[in-house]
Amino acid sequence: MGRYLVRRLLQLVPVFLGTTFLIYWLVWSVPGDPFAGKCGEKPCPDAYVATMTAKYHLDENVFVQYAMYMKNLLQGDFGTTYSGLSINDIIATAYPNTLKLAVVALTIEAVIGLTAGVLSGLRRNGFLDNLVLVSTLFLIALPVFVVGFVLQWLFGVQWGIVRPTVSSAMPFSELIIPGFVLGSASMAYIARVARTSIAENRRADYVRTAIAKGLPMRRVVGVHLLRNSLIPVVTLLGTDLGALMGGAIVTEGIFGINGIGRQVYRSIVTKESATVVSIVVVLVLVYLLMNLLVDLLYAALDPRIRYE
Amino acid sequence: MSEQSAPGADGSGRPSGRLLEVDDLRVEFRTRDGVAKVINGVTYHVDAGETLAVLGESGSGKSVTAQTVMGILDMPPGFVTGGQVRFHGKDMLTMSAEERRRIRGEGIAMIFQDSLSALNPVFTVGFQIAEQFRIRRGMSRADAKKRAIEMLDQVKIPNAKGRFSNYPHQFSGGMRQRAMIAMSLALDPEVLIADEPTTALDVTVQAQIMDLLGELQRERRMGLILITHDLGVVADVADRIAVMYAGRIVEEADVYDLYAKPAHPYTLGLLDSIPRLDEKGQQLRTIKGLPPNLMNIPPGCPFNPRCPMAQPVCREKIPPLLQIGAGRASACHFAEELVNRD
Repeated sequence: MGRYLVRRLLQLVPVFLGTTFLIYWLVWSVPGDPFAGKCGEKPCPDAYVATMTAKYHLDENVFVQYAMYMKNLLQGDFGTTYSGLSINDIIATAYPNTLKLAVVALTIEAVIGLTAGVLSGLRRNGFLDNLVLVSTLFLIALPVFVVGFVLQWLFGVQWGIVRPTVSSAMPFSELIIPGFVLGSASMAYIARVARTSIAENRRADYVRTAIAKGLPMRRVVGVHLLRNSLIPVVTLLGTDLGALMGGAIVTEGIFGINGIGRQVYRSIVTKESATVVSIVVVLVLVYLLMNLLVDLLYAALDPRIRYE
Repeated sequence: MSEQSAPGADGSGRPSGRLLEVDDLRVEFRTRDGVAKVINGVTYHVDAGETLAVLGESGSGKSVTAQTVMGILDMPPGFVTGGQVRFHGKDMLTMSAEERRRIRGEGIAMIFQDSLSALNPVFTVGFQIAEQFRIRRGMSRADAKKRAIEMLDQVKIPNAKGRFSNYPHQFSGGMRQRAMIAMSLALDPEVLIADEPTTALDVTVQAQIMDLLGELQRERRMGLILITHDLGVVADVADRIAVMYAGRIVEEADVYDLYAKPAHPYTLGLLDSIPRLDEKGQQLRTIKGLPPNLMNIPPGCPFNPRCPMAQPVCREKIPPLLQIGAGRASACHFAEELVNRD
């Protein structure tokens, strides 16, 4: 297990370099002038452009630029924006907000999705099963911004139960509705995957054995059946954290949350390539680590999976 | 000849004090394609210390009967449409679910055919045995573990202590079936149902497992219901044999009587189809035809299309299971002639 972990961590290095270079190159290839409109009505003076170009090595080719960026990155320095702000600061304020939102979304989708999936999987074709199937279909089909605006209007405006937008302190109570909106589609997928998995394993021989042992039904389901049905759900949940963070841009926009989605959007518009790359690089790290965590969880859930 | 009563029953109608009785059980499977009548009036019983072998080919209903007794029949599509399953004289089919659950494991336990799929792959074998002591007996983890190791020891698993924390896939087939036996016997059941316990094993291991089962049964004076299609296995361990065909018992007899003088043409056919050494090189004998489609069982005796002795009466009248001698019964119109021939 220890050796496996070391190998997996070593594998992360080329994957990390490859993905970050791709992103760097993509952002670098985007046409446009970063200094357009930086100096008011007039075009920027040549002297300013020359200084900035030299300072940010903009005349070097993409490989050299990437190498210099990575060199700073390894020392923990994401660089500065063209207006001189530290990108480390931007990340430090934006990431926790998005992470908080994503974790709330993940928790909501895990709890509601799994519960709905298990209950409907146990009673296939029952009332609850049909309810879950129809409502998940709705959640999957509806775009996030529709769910977001509808819930914001209902809970925030019409009924006035919560604040329509999230205040800057980001208390958890205000994140429940945005979290639900962000996680709604994944919640539907989780419910469906859990339902199929439970229904499949429900007829398994070992479930029959557990019943024949005279165990109470909640133990048969909660211990014997659930543990075997969790693997596909864990895969979905684990890889979803990264997707939630990356996909939070719409939700953040609706509820006025200062997260990475908004920062990335602004940086793309203003050609702040270093900011875009830095935010995405951190996101890549989240993805990679979550994937590793999922693989380790497999082994914990199913002893037949052993890593050498 | 007494009226339609199974052998051994005293015919007085009152509870006979038997350990486990299946009485005129009827089960059908309602599927999209139609209704399959899988069990059509099965009656058998087992007493303490006795081994009853239920013999029949695939689809004869022997496993479904056992699953109904155990209460693990998939419902739907299965439906019990009639009959009783009495444990200590009390009908289990009309009990509350909770009452019935308590009988499982403690009153009646079951061993399954394929131990690899019957054991939960994600828990250790020890956990699955100890679990019963913890949940059903309220023991502490440490005590339950001790008892589970004792059980593994009793079924002669070497290094029981070390094996406790192994997973099912780390056991060999024979060892796994031993663990399965240990698990079923953990709560000291009065009746053990073994559903083809040796089918998935190779021949040498089969003999070991059967010996072990026989030994444990004698030690604990359990009633053992041995479900099998293997005539060879039956001969060694069974006291009585019930032969099933198309969801009915067609013959029930003492093991010696059945082998010496079968009282049903189906039993005769089964015994005839055992490969014999002195007929080496010749074609194996078989029973012609196929078992009936359970959605469309032929009128009269269900065996009549395959029966070499079939007469017009066989196509019209279902022969009831009638007593034809001490402790034996047959559901054939010509049972007496079969037994009395040379």
